[in-house]
This record gives sequence, C-alpha cells and structure tokens, in this order.
Amino acid sequence: MDVFVQQLINGLTLGSIYGLIAIGYTMVFGIIGMVNFAHGDVFMVSTFIALVCFLLLTTVLGITSIFLALAIVLVVAMFFTSLMNWAIERVAYRPLRGSFRLAPMISAIGMSIFLANFVQVSQGPRNKPVPPMVTDVIVIMEREGYQVTLAWKQVIIMVLTSALLGGFWYLVQKTSLGRAQRAVEQDRKMAALLGINVDHTISLTFVIGAALAAVAGTMYLMYYGVANFADGFVPGVKAFTAAVLGGIGSLPGAVLGGLLIGLIEVFWSAYFSIEYKDVAAFSILAITLIFLPQGLLGRPEVEKV
Amino acid sequence: MAVDTAHPAGAVAGSGTSILPGALKDAFLTGLIALGLLGPLVGFQTVIIDGALGLAYRPLVVAIMVGIIFVGRLILNLTVWSPNRAPKANAGSGPLARGALAIAPAFKPALLAFAVLFPAIAAFAMGGLNESRYLLDLGILILTYVMLGWGLNIVVGLAGLLDLGYVAFYAVGAYTYALLATSTPVNDFFAAILGETFWANWAFWFCLPAAGLFAGLWGMILGFPVLRLRGDYLAIVTLAFGEIIRLVLINWVDFTGGGAGIASIPRATFFGIPFNASEDGFAALFGLEFNPMHRIVFLYFVILVLALITAFTTVRLRRLPVGRAWEALREDEIACRSLGINTTNVKLSAFATGAMFGGFAGCFFAVRAGFVSPESFTFDISAMILAIVVLGGMGSQIGVAVAAAVMMGGMEMLRNLGFLKQVFGNDFDPSLYRMLLFGFAMVAIMIWKPRGLVSSRDPTIFLKEKKAVSGSLVKEGHG
Repeated sequence: MDVFVQQLINGLTLGSIYGLIAIGYTMVFGIIGMVNFAHGDVFMVSTFIALVCFLLLTTVLGITSIFLALAIVLVVAMFFTSLMNWAIERVAYRPLRGSFRLAPMISAIGMSIFLANFVQVSQGPRNKPVPPMVTDVIVIMEREGYQVTLAWKQVIIMVLTSALLGGFWYLVQKTSLGRAQRAVEQDRKMAALLGINVDHTISLTFVIGAALAAVAGTMYLMYYGVANFADGFVPGVKAFTAAVLGGIGSLPGAVLGGLLIGLIEVFWSAYFSIEYKDVAAFSILAITLIFLPQGLLGRPEVEKV
Repeated sequence: MAVDTAHPAGAVAGSGTSILPGALKDAFLTGLIALGLLGPLVGFQTVIIDGALGLAYRPLVVAIMVGIIFVGRLILNLTVWSPNRAPKANAGSGPLARGALAIAPAFKPALLAFAVLFPAIAAFAMGGLNESRYLLDLGILILTYVMLGWGLNIVVGLAGLLDLGYVAFYAVGAYTYALLATSTPVNDFFAAILGETFWANWAFWFCLPAAGLFAGLWGMILGFPVLRLRGDYLAIVTLAFGEIIRLVLINWVDFTGGGAGIASIPRATFFGIPFNASEDGFAALFGLEFNPMHRIVFLYFVILVLALITAFTTVRLRRLPVGRAWEALREDEIACRSLGINTTNVKLSAFATGAMFGGFAGCFFAVRAGFVSPESFTFDISAMILAIVVLGGMGSQIGVAVAAAVMMGGMEMLRNLGFLKQVFGNDFDPSLYRMLLFGFAMVAIMIWKPRGLVSSRDPTIFLKEKKAVSGSLVKEGHG
C-alpha cells in the first residue's frame, strides 16, 4: 500500500510532464494532420535553454531565491523554445504544406536529427547534472520505516500543469484564437474563406505547443536534475503514445493519456522490471492502436470515398 | 515553389524603384531571429568545472553566425528573391532534365557494368589490391544500403505502407546469423555427423536463407496486427516495434549478449572454402598467393549479387498479380477492396517480402563485421534507409541506388574533412558534424525536391509503347 501510494505520486508527476508534451503533438496533428517528429527534440532543447538560463541566474547574477529563479527560467525557456518552433515550422514544414503526405514527415525526422546533433555539437555529449533545486519533502504517511513522501517539486509540477491546462483550455474554448484554431482544424479552406489567417493560426499552434513543451522541459530539469542531448527521442515517442492513447486531436485526451503512460511506466518499473519500462510503453502504443485506433476520447475516423 | 513560399514580405512591399530598405529590414529581422535561436545554445556552453556545472561564453561564434545569416539573407533578397527579377522558366523541362532523359536508357547497364568492374577499377586506381581496401569497404557499405533501400522500396514505394521500423528486420537477420553461427549445440550437432569444421565453414550459406525467412516471418508476425492501421499510425507502430526489438536485444542478456553484443562470428567462406593461409584455404586451392583482400572482394560480390536479386525480384513481382495488387493498393485502397482484393493479405505479403530482404542484408552485415551489437540497429538507420527511398523517388529503383550512393558517399566524405582542423584549430572534430549535416540535408532535400531525385516512373502496364510516368501522378498510399 505504501509503495503503491508512493508510485502513484511519482507516476502522476511523470504523467504531467508527458501530458504537457503530448498536447504539442495532438494540436499539430489535429490542425495539419502531421506527426511532428521533432517535438520530442524541441522538448530536449528547452531543457538546455532552461539549464543555461538557470546557470546564468544563479551563478552569474547571483539570485538566491530558487522560486524566483525558476519563474524566470520558465518564462525565458518558453519564449526561446516558442521562437525556435515558430522558425522550424516556417522553414521546414510550411513550404511542404499541400505537398505529398510523406514530405513533411521526412522533413520532421530530419529536423529531429538536426536538433539532437545541434545540441550535441554546441553543448557536448555528456550528461549535464544540475544541483538539486527544490529538496523539501512532505511526509504523508510512515509505516515500518517506509516513508511515503510528496516532494515539493512534485507539488510544483502538478499544480503548474493543472493551472496551465486550465488556462490553455480557456484559450482554446473561449477566445477568438481558439475558435480560429478549431475552425482551421475542421476545414482549412472554409476557414480561410471566412477570413481566418490560416498560416498565422498554424504558426500560433506551433508556438503554443512549444511553450507547453518548454514548461515540461523546465519541470523535467528540476525533477531529474540532468539534461542530455539524447533525451528527446524517447520522451517524445512516449508523449506521442500518450496523445494516441487519449485520442489524437483531443486535448483532454492528451492529458489523460499522459497521466496513464506516466502511471504505467512507474508501476511497471516498481513491480516488474525497470529494464523493460520502455518496452511496456511502446507495447501500450501498439496495443492501443490495434484495438482502439481512435483512442480513449477521440472521435472515430470515417473513411470517405 | 519553395522559393515562392519563402518570399520575404519586406521585399514584396518594396517592389518599386528601390528594394533596399525592405530587404534591409527583412535581413535585420532574420538576423534578430537567428540571434534568438543561436544565442542561448551556441553563445553559452554548459561545462563541468571541478565537478560543478558552469558556463563558458562564445559571443564571437554567435556574432559570426548571425552576421553570415544577415548578409546571406540580404544578398538573397537583393538578387534571387528580388521582385524585379523575371520569373524563372518552367524548371521541369530544363536542358538538364532533357539531357537526363536522353541518357536514361544507357544509364542502367552502365551503372551495372561499373558495379561489377568496381573491384578491378578500385585496384587499378589505387595501384594495387591491398591499397583498394578502403574503396572496397565503401562500395560494400553503399551496396548494403542500396539493398536495404530496394527492400524498403517494396514496402514504401510499391505498396505505399510507411515503415519506420525497417531496422528491426535488419537486426533480426543479423542476430539470426550471429546466434546460429556461434551456437555450440548446432556446432556440436554438425561436428558429430559432418566433421569438425563444417559448421564454421558453411554457417553463412545455411544461415543466409534462414535469416531471410526468419525476418520475413517476423514481418508477418508484426505486420498482421498493425496492417489495419492507416498512414501515420502505421509509421508510429512500426517505429515502436523497431525500438522494442532493440530494447529486447539490449536487455535480454542471456540470449543476445546484451549491449556488449556478439563477437567472433565466423567469417564468410567461398562456399565452404575458408579464406585463410592454410592448405585447404581459398588461395592454396586456386593456386593464388594468399591475400586477405580476397575475402573483401568476395564479400563485395556477395552483396552485389544479393542486391541484384532484390532488384530483379522486385521487377518480376511487379508483373505478377501480387505486385500489381501492391501498386493498386497504393493508388486507391477502397477501389481495391471493392474489386475483391484481400487488402490485408496483399499488405502482409509486401511487408513480409520487404522484411525478408532486410533479413538477408542483416545476415550479410553480421558476416562482414564479424560482430553485432544493438548499437548498430538504432532508429537513425531506419530514418536513413527511409530517407534514401524517399530521396531516390519512391518506387524508382535506379533513384534509390543513386540516392544510396550519394548519401553514404556524402557521409563518408564528411568523415575525411580532416583539413578543416587546420582552419578551425585542433579541437575541431569534423565527424561530429556528420549527423548534423545529414539532418539538415534531409530537410533541405525535402523542400527542394519533395518527390525525390528521379521524378519519372516506369509504368507497370502499357499499350504498345512504354512511356515514362511523372512521379507526381503516383499516389503515396494511405497505409
């Protein structure tokens, strides 16, 4: 029971991070029908931007309040990651819009390889460990010497994720930008005829996806305390799994899928074997697609002649 | 088209007498964005000093890079993208394209003759058999990728199924050979009835068909549940399967040797005659002086024959009902179903055939390297093979061969940029930039030529006279 509660907490934390990345996948897929392979690497780059910013703030500017530093890091990482994803869309995907279906996908794979190696070349291939940032924990229960703890950083991650999701939901459901986005998603040509700037809307979708990935990146850095150039691919595939599991194109589905993947991964590691945790996540992806292609909250796809 | 969409807004606005202010403004904005992109990661480097993480600064590098981008954009704005410039004539019918059509009939036999004579040419050019080792190794590498490209071409180019986990079948083939050839029970079994050295000498020739069949079987096992999926979903599931196979190879240490891999795999033999200096060796039996290069030349011809078998099989299969069904499926799945084609079986046959050739190539890889480890079967390899197929123009065999030669040759050339050390100093390691440039090239080629290098296809069926079909008329399939 104690182990179970502890793993539940850990799983929800990890799931929040996956959920934030998954939103980027699901939105881009919804609006231009493309699997943005580079999104996992965008997330990885954001951890490096957060790392550089954090080091600048603490070692050069000498900010001692960790929460102030984290808040600044978050904003800076969101800004630069958004700028990067905007540029990626502009350079690598927009010229291929309306081209044949494989072209943007290959372009995205190329971009993913490019980003990972760009970071490897510019930052070096080694793991970059950061000193632990928020170390306080709350002991929830204690039995026979085993403590179930809730770390402050886990609280931060979950609260921040919930708050962002609330704001994000408001953005998509209630604002004119969200309306434009949903309209482009349904019928791009019709939306353009009704005066929606389609290019602009698609760009903003990439910007929002990157901003959420940057939040995930900053949280990842804070939670695990390490950044590595190769850490984009696997979290990216897992987040995509989350998006598919929840039903691709569905925003609540992405979050739900993220939480489920996080929980499955953590429980699998705790009760079965830690070596095969990635195998478990990938198998879930395959099984979901085979038996439930529309996902948990997605709409079934109707094939028209 | 790529140029059109990238047309800067500033230059359009200034399409009157002077375009300089608009061009300057646009270049300045681009420079600013470049600064934002490069600043955080190029300008600051995280370095570990005395166990703690610190920062190193590289403002000069950023300044130079941003400067290059600013000037480059400005020049492009004023020349190529200038609104005053007359629109370009239709690029498709340029002299280059017409010239390519004219030499097309002679191109295939010439390429084949070159491939067959390559060891002799290499030895002649380098001034001796031993000196040509490097070129031959490169030739073997390129041919391996040509074969993999042709194998994947059946799945992606003909049947229109997007497979991102092709490396899994390559791995299955390689491990089939590695495990069977080094297996003690199998060795003991053959030692008891056919002599001590039988298995070491014949392992490759027995395992080659086994590896292909086994990989094909895996293709069926993996393909059966996933082939109901469409498009991008299929791509993701195959990617997941590729990763699962690699992770199992790493973690199942008892069976596969884990991350350390399997070493000292028996070498290839000339149909049972080993390439060594002994009396029963290849050199002694054929009355030649012993030379380790004999094995390399032989390996070159093995992979050449394997690749040609792949190409030949594909060409013949396209004329059979099953091959026509593949292409019909790519063009319109619903029409196929309404005409009574069993789409699942047709897809499965394409998937398994492609996988089988991947398995052959894997078996060859294991015998050439003498060592296999999960490191050799990462997603990067799948991406590279797919890039070769797409870059070659999906469905065009000659295009795939040219693309494989260009890509692998290009990657190899990047390895030899040692002279750049003299320009950038000794810390500069050009081989680090290989994958960076590879990723960049993938994006650039897609934007430049989304339909691949060879943009015409041979029709499967024709009336009286065979005419080339434009690649842009060929559909890419939904699966």
